[in-house]
Amino acid sequence: MSDLGRALALVRKDMITERRSKAAFNAMAFFAAMVLFIFSFALGPDAPGLTASGQGTLLQYLWPGLLWVAIFFTGILALNRSFQVEMESGGMEALRLYPGDKKAIYAGKLIANLLTLVAMELILIPVSAILYNIDLWNKLPALMGVIGMGTLGFAAVGTFYAALTANLRARDVMLPVLVFPILVPVVVAAVKATTLVIRGDPMGEMWTWLRIMGLIDLVLLTVCTLTFEFAIEE
Amino acid sequence: MVGTIILVVVTLAVVGGVLGFSLRLVGMAESSVRRAGTMAGVGALVLLALGLYLGLVWAPAERLMGDVYRIMYIHFPSWVGTGAGYLTAFLASIFYLKTRDPGYDYVALAGAEIGLLFNVTGLITGALWGRPTWGVYWTWDPRLTTTAIMAITFAGYLVLRAFMEDPEGRARASSLVAIVGFVNVPIVYFSVRWWRTLHQVQSSPETVDAPIVWALRTMMVAFVLLFVFLLAQRFLLARIRGEEELELMKLEVAGD
Repeated sequence: MSDLGRALALVRKDMITERRSKAAFNAMAFFAAMVLFIFSFALGPDAPGLTASGQGTLLQYLWPGLLWVAIFFTGILALNRSFQVEMESGGMEALRLYPGDKKAIYAGKLIANLLTLVAMELILIPVSAILYNIDLWNKLPALMGVIGMGTLGFAAVGTFYAALTANLRARDVMLPVLVFPILVPVVVAAVKATTLVIRGDPMGEMWTWLRIMGLIDLVLLTVCTLTFEFAIEE
Repeated sequence: MVGTIILVVVTLAVVGGVLGFSLRLVGMAESSVRRAGTMAGVGALVLLALGLYLGLVWAPAERLMGDVYRIMYIHFPSWVGTGAGYLTAFLASIFYLKTRDPGYDYVALAGAEIGLLFNVTGLITGALWGRPTWGVYWTWDPRLTTTAIMAITFAGYLVLRAFMEDPEGRARASSLVAIVGFVNVPIVYFSVRWWRTLHQVQSSPETVDAPIVWALRTMMVAFVLLFVFLLAQRFLLARIRGEEELELMKLEVAGD
């Protein structure tokens, strides 16, 4: 079996366990819904937006930023669980004994986490658009690209730190503490690019921000891939 | 021109010397660490007294900021200590993963903790300086934001260590946190810089009055020595505790 095959086998295993238990998905769905409601309560559903003409509501104006806050906070729940099945059943040992390159394990876990996060986003984005009354239809392809790139950076760092903190008692606290400082560049680039998609791009900055985000993703992926074998050592 | 070259060479030599010393701590006997620490500590004390006299009394007040600028004599050298601390932690972490010698773990811990100490000093003095000159304690400028994120990253490093009991696992996990956290610093800086950009660019020595430059240089050297002193002390403490931990584990294994 090639390394790619091993990675895909791991993805398949994670997807099957998730389909049967729905543990990560249930936790995320309710949390995400609650976050969307809290934003509305905290900022006021009818507060006017900060545009010059005063059109739209504050929630619509802030949507790109709020969306990413919701994605990161909700996603952390799933990432926190991503090595839990292994930890509880002693599967970590099996993962370590898995033949071939350890990078395959990272790739498999990364893809599994990406799929989980994307599934969450596929619900979160339309629901928030409906709740906050935002018209997304004609912006959908560009939006999907931007969200995909941001999610990749998030999942790359998140998977790495999830492995690192998997056997900690305090991992629920430690994972966000460690992940969020590393995510600052991803947050900056992703929110900026999403805002440009939603509010239009009069200065033509989009391409620059996409390249910055691509570069950030690349650096984070490289560093995490190269050091992952140390993260799951016993 | 010649002055600049000399300055660069001296700076590089100091940085190299400090880092070399930090990494060499691992193989040093306790008595020599103590002796080196004491020497650096005495030097730091003398230079701090001299630098504070030069900076607070001898150097003139700044044209626009008046006496307020004098906080610079603490603010600026603090960042030297921060850089030295985090760089030490980063290098020692790499060495740890390569050699698995717990000594490098102690150096990394000492570097991270003292780097964080200077980092927080820099942030606080910067905020105090910002209020009278910029009108605000804090702004979301790239350098401010990056240094704050750096502080959070390495505070996270220390918290993670506090949560892990197994010495080997702790050393391995925290090394990774230090490495990834350090690599992330320039990315944060540039992303925030593109995101928005008030912090004045560095003044070059030619545009600043000579007494100010010399007072500042004295303080920088004093802080470098202070860093070496603190690092040596912290390293010794970490090593004593670490060896105690290993001893305890051996006893437990033997008792079973």
